[in-house]
Amino acid sequence: MASYSTNEFRGGLKVLLDGDPCIMLENEFVKPGKGQAFNRVKLRNLMTNRVWERTFKSGESLEAADVVELDMEYLYSDGEFWYFMMTDGSFEQYPASEKAVGDTIKWLKEQDTYTVTLYNDAPLSVTPPNFVELEVVDTDPGMKGDTAQGGSKPATLSTGAVVNVPLFITIGEVLKVDTRTGEYVSRVKSS
Amino acid sequence: MTMDSSWRPTASWDALKSRAQQLQYVRGFFAQRGVLEVETPVLGRHGVTDVNLDGVAAQPGLGEVPQGWLQTSPEYHMKRLLAAGSGSIFQVSRVFRSGERGRRHNPEFSMLEWYREGFDDSELMAEVAELVCGWLDCDWPEVVTYREAVRRSAGFDPMTISDRDLQRYCEQWLEPEQLAGLGRDGCLDLVMSFQVEPTLGQGRPAFITHYPASQAALARISTEDGYPVAHRFELYCQGLELCNGYWELTDAREQRQRFMADNEQRKRAGKPEMALDEAFLAAVGAGLPECSGVALGLDRLLMLKLGTSDISDVLAFPIERA
Repeated sequence: MASYSTNEFRGGLKVLLDGDPCIMLENEFVKPGKGQAFNRVKLRNLMTNRVWERTFKSGESLEAADVVELDMEYLYSDGEFWYFMMTDGSFEQYPASEKAVGDTIKWLKEQDTYTVTLYNDAPLSVTPPNFVELEVVDTDPGMKGDTAQGGSKPATLSTGAVVNVPLFITIGEVLKVDTRTGEYVSRVKSS
Repeated sequence: MTMDSSWRPTASWDALKSRAQQLQYVRGFFAQRGVLEVETPVLGRHGVTDVNLDGVAAQPGLGEVPQGWLQTSPEYHMKRLLAAGSGSIFQVSRVFRSGERGRRHNPEFSMLEWYREGFDDSELMAEVAELVCGWLDCDWPEVVTYREAVRRSAGFDPMTISDRDLQRYCEQWLEPEQLAGLGRDGCLDLVMSFQVEPTLGQGRPAFITHYPASQAALARISTEDGYPVAHRFELYCQGLELCNGYWELTDAREQRQRFMADNEQRKRAGKPEMALDEAFLAAVGAGLPECSGVALGLDRLLMLKLGTSDISDVLAFPIERA
């Protein structure tokens, strides 16, 4: 496997550190005019999501991690694995574990496209698009004439996610939700 | 379609105008003091031996000079002028340092270097302060010894701490196996960079003086409180290293020994040894007048003037766009 020397360090680089795949977030070059150069690096451990700060001497290197991010379509789950398929026409399928799917589980809708991060060719994590459109399967009855102002109520979506919605939302409506905040954005015109 | 704007300068027009004004200010400063402006080669036949400085190799395309170096500083050439009788001189030049890129570094940068015949280090420090404070309109710098600066920020004495304790102290940044090849000065550089430097020159600028003799480079050495120290100084403003100066070593034999020691260190660090610049050594041997000299980073001076922490803000085209 290739490796990266300190002078190749930059944000976005995927490297192995202490055996775990990490993505480099920041790289700061530090050097007194006449002195030894160092790189102070922030990395996110892709296994634990923890952010690490490490220092390297100029000339040290890190092994590259075989990490790629690919768009894949979610197919189905058999309860043990969640299956994703390449969208490049190869129909290649990847089973993602519960750990890899993580919190994204509540945004998974069949046939929607997700970003799957592969580490050594196995799904490491699944990232939803910033916005998803999901149907309301349960909420208190809507109140006619309610406007956008006023209170909110919980609504359960088809994936099991629960979001706060305005009072006028009714069962069967399709909502646009921001997956980063878990917040309701708008109604989607029913087709 | 996204518009690719990477052909554009990264600095604003205001920054580029300020750069031009800074250059005028510098030239005016030395004209007033009767210091002669000189130009020496950017492409030289030799590079420096410093273990932590790597020049950029260049091919002049001549049988007689197959290999050259873009200079890391104009020091050797300017000292040859001094030895030849120039008197006090200054130069604004482009210098090159391989592998150095960050928010405070670009592999090519503008350096102001000057030498004052008959000045010792404290006299030159006063002139540096006049130049810097006259341009930045800042308070007069305080003077702190290296020893005191490290004591204040890191809580240990850099002159007396054992190698073992120093290594242990540095384990807050580096693993023991990373520290193994670093050596005492490397460890001190680590402490200086990560712990001391950020605190220096906050409020008013700070001169750091009396560096450990092992970090003397081309400065003369004397004894202070029983420890050998270098007549070397640096100026820090808001945690930014701005210049490096020496009461210059004039002893040719000592100079040669330091170059050879540098090459020993290079060998240990797995770096190529550098051929000694015999013309420079001959000039020192012929008689380098008593003088002090200093090199100041003009891009950084402009960063301070404009209040930016990114060198790209003061360069028309940093290396990625060069």
